[in-house]
Amino acid sequence: MSEQQPLFKVTIDNITIEVAPGTSILEAARKIGGDVAPPAMCFYSKLKGSGGKCRTCLVEVSKGSEKDPRPMPKLVASCRTTVMDGMEVKNITSERVIDARAGVVEFLLLNHPLDCPICDQAGECHLQDLSYEHGKVGTRYEFQRRTFKKHDLGPYIQLHMTRCIMCFRCVFTADQLTEKRAHGVLDRGDHAEIATYIEKSLDNDFIGNVIDVCPVGALTDKTFRFKNRVWFLKPVDAHCSCSKCSGKVTLWYRGDEVFRVTARKDEWGEVEDWICNECRFEKKKTSDWTIEGPREISRHSVISQGHYVGIEKPKETFEAVMDGRKPRLFMDIHSVSEVNRPEIDLSLIEGPAHSDDFDRVTKKD
Amino acid sequence: MGVKLLLEKAHVEGIRTFEVYRREGGYRGVEKVFKTMSPDAVVEEVKKSGLRGRGGAGFPAGMKWSFIAKPEGVPRHLVCNADESEPGTFKDRYLMENLPHLLIEGLIISSFALGSNATYIYIRGEYAWIPDILEHAIAEAKANGFLGKNILGSGFDLEIYVQRGAGAYICGEETALIESLEGKRGNPRIKPPFPAIKGVWERPTVVNNVETLAAVVPIINMGGDEYAKIGVGKSTGTKLISACGNINKPGVYEIDMTISVEDFIYSDEYCGGIANGKRLKACIPGGSSVPILPANLLFKTAKGETRYMNYESLSDGGFATGSMMGSGGFIVLDEDQSVVRNTYTLARFYRHESCGQCSPCREGTGWMEKLLKRLLEGKGKISDIDLLWDIQRKIEGNTICPLGDAAAWPVAAAIRHFRDEFEWYVNNPVESQTRNYGLAHYADEREVIA
Repeated sequence: MSEQQPLFKVTIDNITIEVAPGTSILEAARKIGGDVAPPAMCFYSKLKGSGGKCRTCLVEVSKGSEKDPRPMPKLVASCRTTVMDGMEVKNITSERVIDARAGVVEFLLLNHPLDCPICDQAGECHLQDLSYEHGKVGTRYEFQRRTFKKHDLGPYIQLHMTRCIMCFRCVFTADQLTEKRAHGVLDRGDHAEIATYIEKSLDNDFIGNVIDVCPVGALTDKTFRFKNRVWFLKPVDAHCSCSKCSGKVTLWYRGDEVFRVTARKDEWGEVEDWICNECRFEKKKTSDWTIEGPREISRHSVISQGHYVGIEKPKETFEAVMDGRKPRLFMDIHSVSEVNRPEIDLSLIEGPAHSDDFDRVTKKD
Repeated sequence: MGVKLLLEKAHVEGIRTFEVYRREGGYRGVEKVFKTMSPDAVVEEVKKSGLRGRGGAGFPAGMKWSFIAKPEGVPRHLVCNADESEPGTFKDRYLMENLPHLLIEGLIISSFALGSNATYIYIRGEYAWIPDILEHAIAEAKANGFLGKNILGSGFDLEIYVQRGAGAYICGEETALIESLEGKRGNPRIKPPFPAIKGVWERPTVVNNVETLAAVVPIINMGGDEYAKIGVGKSTGTKLISACGNINKPGVYEIDMTISVEDFIYSDEYCGGIANGKRLKACIPGGSSVPILPANLLFKTAKGETRYMNYESLSDGGFATGSMMGSGGFIVLDEDQSVVRNTYTLARFYRHESCGQCSPCREGTGWMEKLLKRLLEGKGKISDIDLLWDIQRKIEGNTICPLGDAAAWPVAAAIRHFRDEFEWYVNNPVESQTRNYGLAHYADEREVIA
């Protein structure tokens, strides 16, 4: 029998928890959950070597350990700092942390356009969440933002470098999931960029996962982009028997249509299992999948709004007041408009939906 | 004349060659170590000497050596950091160019102490001609039995390799240097683990500056206790200072750290006073990353005591009234120099050299540069000065490596001590575009900040 290692006691924002030696402060805080868990834009537990770069997870260590109770002079990156026995950490209870994090948000937003109304990541963008929680209303930056051409990274992925916050997650993904290194960081400092050298295609079977790890809308799924807003979609867990990956995915439905397929993500927005390109980009029919049931969205995102599990809907007050009579409809929009006609399968249209698509159908009729 | 330990023989003709260096007493330290000392005894001697790292941080070298992990069967490495790229610092260049065998002797002794059989000199790419000098010296030392297998019959083997960098300032940071040495992009690693535990190829590694390793030679020759008697307090031994800017005699000087800043600037032995009879305005005493000091705080501390050229005295009062010894890049500004322009130049440098890994440094350095440029062009606002102050505050201490601090400190100190000059640029947009900055009054005696 192997001897069990003694656990370390760590206190984060006055909540004490016991964790195994070697656990990072971030992981310990995630065990507590809620607001105590620092945000993380670059750390990804499934990617070796990630973390420590974006500096959003900075925390104050007010007591190093029982043996050495001295506080750490600088704020530390919680994702890369391991706990010590008796350590005391301040996250949201530290003014220094709140101030520094607000600074990081401001820095991240210097060159990140607020494309939220048109960005496919809106609703599931970690930077969007972070800026609401820690950012300021406006920016003090008055200079021209950096601009880039959009890059096609192979047939399925488009890179919007303007939105990139250089978290390096996609680089780690490409390094660790593919056999060859086809993309990385060019240049340095504020002129650094993610790029495929000479616009090489990223053609590996698992490269689609770079879309899932991107915390912002820099890497987009070309089979889904501009097709719909995520909060209109219903996530459903499904699986298939795939020879390349686990085949465990989340299907995003609108009506009967599968608009996109993603890997399943946990409450911290990290994928549970990497999925292959075929599952992600080519299986867009319900018949390709075995449906397991609705996916529970626990993340504090707009996607979780209106989604299912355990929700009690309020009574229809109108009917109650009107003794069961239904409201009189002055006009049925479908009788006067052909927008979003049910026979048009938006997910199968190449590229974003456009008025021409509807014209074409009308003409055929 | 001050004590000379490193540059004593620098002017001997042909000292670059093994023959002359040996004739002048070179490699005595190596013989002494192999014949009479154990590795631990060498470490102990360096500890006794109180030698502090000469690269900028000033951490005790002997203590750093004692941190190195010694797992069974795992090779250890010594890396000589010759990636000297800090603006204003050029003392290692002088040392390597003129006294290559002194460095190699230091490397042999240090490698023996640390148990490194493969030692690397990582040299900045821009020093294009120096690797040839070093490689020639290494070949000479090897041919004479001081490198290679079984040195002086001691059973100790050592090879020294010269690795050229590709010209990135960040590669002078020890973990970025290690990454670059391994053939990767020179990005700093997140510490811990420290190089003493996992360094080059995940093996225990010590990274030391050129001057630090060269200083090991006189320490062994004269003994750690004797070395510690030179200098003052915790600033023991001698220090190389590369003096530049508006002075009469720019160059590399060896000082024993008991000389006052005023004497260093005005004595004929060293800087020889301000050029063209101008008045002194300010000085950056330890390389461009350390805070600038106005003339009134340069000669006297906040308490009115004389300021000396050593670690403690230069940092007296913290950053409010002091600065740092740093790497010893001593940059003097006369009354005609614009602090705003100088700060902009530095900000541009740090923006360009930021590796881009962490957000505050990547974005903050660029933002500071743009704001300073706007001020310099006479298009700035008073609120820009406060914004600059806030940005540097958000960068300092929040980055992976010290480059963020290096970028933030010059801006902070310039605003702290010369805020009125920044405001002058805002209030005099037309005049600020001429070379006549109208700033002569800054050279006048100013009140010491209490």
